[in-house]
Amino acid sequence: MDALESRRGSRVLSAGNVYLAVVFLLLYAPILYLIYYSFNSGGNMHTFESFTLEWYGQVLQDTRLIIIVLNTVVIALLSSAIATVVGVAGALAIHNARSRRLRNTLFTLNNVMIVSPDVIIGASFLMLFAMAGITLGFTSVLLSHIAFSVPIVVLMVMPKLQEMSPTLIDAAHDLGAESWDVLSRVIIPYITPGILAGFFMALTYSLDDFAVTFFVTGQGFSTLSVEIYSMAKQGISLTINALSTLVFLVTLGLVVVYYVITTKGAEAARRASRVISSAARSNAGSEVKA
Amino acid sequence: MESRSRNLYLIPYGLWIVVFVVAPLILVFYYSMLDINGKWTLANYTRFFTPVYLKMAIKSFWYALLITAVSLVVAYPAALAISRTRHKQLWLLLTVLPSWINLLLKAYAFIGLFSAHGPVNAMLAALGVGPRQIMFTDFSFLFVAVYIFVPFMILPIFNSIEEISPSLIAAAHDMGASEWVTLRRVIFPLTANGVKSGCRAVFIPALSLFMITRLIAGNRIITLGTAIEQHFLVTQDWGMGSTIAVFLVIAMGLIMALTDGTGSGHVGRERRV
Repeated sequence: MDALESRRGSRVLSAGNVYLAVVFLLLYAPILYLIYYSFNSGGNMHTFESFTLEWYGQVLQDTRLIIIVLNTVVIALLSSAIATVVGVAGALAIHNARSRRLRNTLFTLNNVMIVSPDVIIGASFLMLFAMAGITLGFTSVLLSHIAFSVPIVVLMVMPKLQEMSPTLIDAAHDLGAESWDVLSRVIIPYITPGILAGFFMALTYSLDDFAVTFFVTGQGFSTLSVEIYSMAKQGISLTINALSTLVFLVTLGLVVVYYVITTKGAEAARRASRVISSAARSNAGSEVKA
Repeated sequence: MESRSRNLYLIPYGLWIVVFVVAPLILVFYYSMLDINGKWTLANYTRFFTPVYLKMAIKSFWYALLITAVSLVVAYPAALAISRTRHKQLWLLLTVLPSWINLLLKAYAFIGLFSAHGPVNAMLAALGVGPRQIMFTDFSFLFVAVYIFVPFMILPIFNSIEEISPSLIAAAHDMGASEWVTLRRVIFPLTANGVKSGCRAVFIPALSLFMITRLIAGNRIITLGTAIEQHFLVTQDWGMGSTIAVFLVIAMGLIMALTDGTGSGHVGRERRV
C-alpha cells in the first residue's frame, strides 16, 4: 500500500515536472530567442547567418540611445530614492495613526494607486500636469515615477513595522532615548530590510514603466521603454535585440542584488533587535543592583 | 511628543495622497463632464452608451475574462507543481524572473516569433499546417497577454498553497481521500483566496492593456485602455477619454469588492503592464 502510494505520488510529481518544464520553456523561449538573434549578422530574426557583435557596437555608438538609457537610470534612481523617503514616512504615518478610521482611509488611498491601471494613472497625471502648468519632460516623468512608487514602498515597509514589537520602542524610551533617536537608532534599523526591498521594487517599477511614462513624456524626452516601443512599431531591428540582452543582464544583476540585500538585511535587523533587548536586559539588571 | 512626530510623518505622505491620488481622480471625473471645447456636458456619458462604445467595452471585458481564465488554467497546475518540487524558492524565483524583464522587450520578441518567416511559422510549416497569419490576430493577442500575466497568477496561488498546513493533506489521505479528491475538496477550497488575488492581478490590467493591442494585435482589438490612450494622445478628446476612464474605475471598484481585496498583504508586480 505504502509503496503504491509513493509510486503514485512520484508519478503525479513527474507529470507535474513535465508540465513545469513546458511552462518554463515557454516563459523563457522569447527571451532566449531575442538574445540568440542579437548575435545574428543576417539582420533578421529568422535565419541565423553568422556570429557578430555588430548590433552591440551600434548600441554603444548610438549617443541618442545612450542618453535615453542614462535618462532612464537617473529617473529610476532619483524617483525611487525620493519615493522611499516619502513611502517610509507614509508607512510610519499609517502605523502611528491613532484613530482606526484615519489608518484605514490612508491605507485605502494608498492601495487605490496600486490597483489603478497604468492608463488611468498616466491619463490623470497628464491632466494634472496640464493644470499645474508643468511642461512635459524630465520633471513630469520624475514626478509621476515618484508618485506611483510611493505606495509600493509603503506596502513593503508596513509588514516590518507591524512585526516590530512595541516593547522594543518602549524599551528604547525607558532607556532614555529621544524620539529622534528612537526613529534613527531603533525603528529605521529594524525596518531597513523593508526599506531596501521597497527601494528596489520602486527601482524596477520605474525602469519597467511604459504606460505612465508614455502619457507624460513630452517631445524631447524619452525613456528606454518608450523608445523601444517606437522602435518596435517600426518593425524588427537587431539593435533592439542587443539592447534587450544588455537590459536582461542588468535586470538579472538587480534581482541578485535584491535577494542578497533582503536576506542580509533580515540578518541585520535580527542583530539590531538582539542588541536592544540585551541592552534593555543589562539596564534592567543594573537598576536592580542599584 | 509622539503625537507631534506622528503629524510630521503625515505631512509628506498626506501631500502625496492629495496631489497624486485624490486630485487625479477628481480630475478624471471633472473632465468626463466636459466636451472637447471645455463646456459642461453629459454628452460623453450618452456617447458611452451608444453601440460603438458599448460594444468596445463588452469586447474588452470579454477579452480580459478570457485572458484571466486561460492564465488561471495555465498557472494553477504550475503553482501546484512548483509547490511539490524540492527547491521551491528557486523555481519560484525563476517563475518571477521573466516578469522583471521589460514588458516591451517581451512583446517585441513575439513580433519576431510570430512573423511570417518566424520560428513559429517555420514549425507550423514543418507540421504541414503553415505558414499562417499569426500576427495581428485574436490568437496572438491572447497568447502574448497570457504569457505576460501568467507569473502574476502563479505567485499568489503558490503562496496560498504554501499556507496550507501539510497535516490537513495528511489527514485527508489518512481518511482515505485519493489525490484527486484531496485536490478537489481540500486544496482547491483552501487556495480560493490566492486564485482571487491572482484574478484581480490579471483582470484589471488586462482591461487596460494598450501597448500589446497596438504592437501585437495591430489595432484589431480595442480595449478600454486602448480607447483611453487614443482619446488622450491621438484625438485629444480628454473628455471622452476621461469618461471611459470613469467606467474603468467603476469596473475596478466592482472587481475589488467582488474579490474582497484591498490589495493588502500581497505585493505582486501586478500593476506594471
